Amino acid sequence: MTPAHRYDEERLAELLAALPPPPEAWVRAAEELPLARRGLDELVARAEADAEFRQALIADLEAAVAGAGYEPDPLLLAALRERVVRL
Amino acid sequence: MSNVSLPDAQLVARCRAGDHEAWRELVQRFSRYVYGIAVQAFRLPEHDAEDVFQEVFARAYERLHTLRDDAAVRPWLAQLTRRLCIDRLRAGSHEELADEVEPREADDTLARLDEALSVHEALAGLPEHCREILDRFFARDESYHAIGEALSLPAGTIASRISRCLAKLRVEFEGRNLPPAPS
Repeated sequence: MTPAHRYDEERLAELLAALPPPPEAWVRAAEELPLARRGLDELVARAEADAEFRQALIADLEAAVAGAGYEPDPLLLAALRERVVRL
Repeated sequence: MSNVSLPDAQLVARCRAGDHEAWRELVQRFSRYVYGIAVQAFRLPEHDAEDVFQEVFARAYERLHTLRDDAAVRPWLAQLTRRLCIDRLRAGSHEELADEVEPREADDTLARLDEALSVHEALAGLPEHCREILDRFFARDESYHAIGEALSLPAGTIASRISRCLAKLRVEFEGRNLPPAPS
């Protein structure tokens, strides 16, 4: 670490300004990842147990996810697509 | 201890244990850093930066269990972001330029962002009113008028409050970075 005495108020102000926040929506989406993953696990479990639902996912992934009551978030869809082809 | 004041290693351990609030704090703690690497060090346009940002946190969430040293989450995220930015730049460049996509000043910018994150971490040791006013003025670039409205403060007092809070930040930051006492 650079010696602290080099950090006068002006330098600290510059460094505070160097990290503006990203758009709130980006942060919110990242915060909600665990919830999306939970939805993923539930959808995969249902696809394993229910052949008709599995076929619906293969035929139209986004519509089947929305029809099951989940937000068809792109990250969720990409992860689910990977999982479904392995079933 | 609230998640906000947890050291990185303990926060990571809580995330790994499935604590959703800890994950939210981890995202809050590093979101500006990841964003800064993408848009300042690698100069990604906003839509590419958004993809990289989401991919960084998605991979971090999936691979947190592979982190060998929980205290090293910051350099781990920096490296992950850097790799994804390079991949993104390569995908958008001509094949013959693919090895030269990283901006020349990227290392210097990354070092500055590291310093900046350390200063932001020191903010956590200040009273709430100082954190708020310094962040709004410097990082969010809000005017005295906007800050006064948001915090119900007379606009004429903003400058002096900022000055006092910066002085407190200096004390807090120096306290965190004191050289070790001679033995």
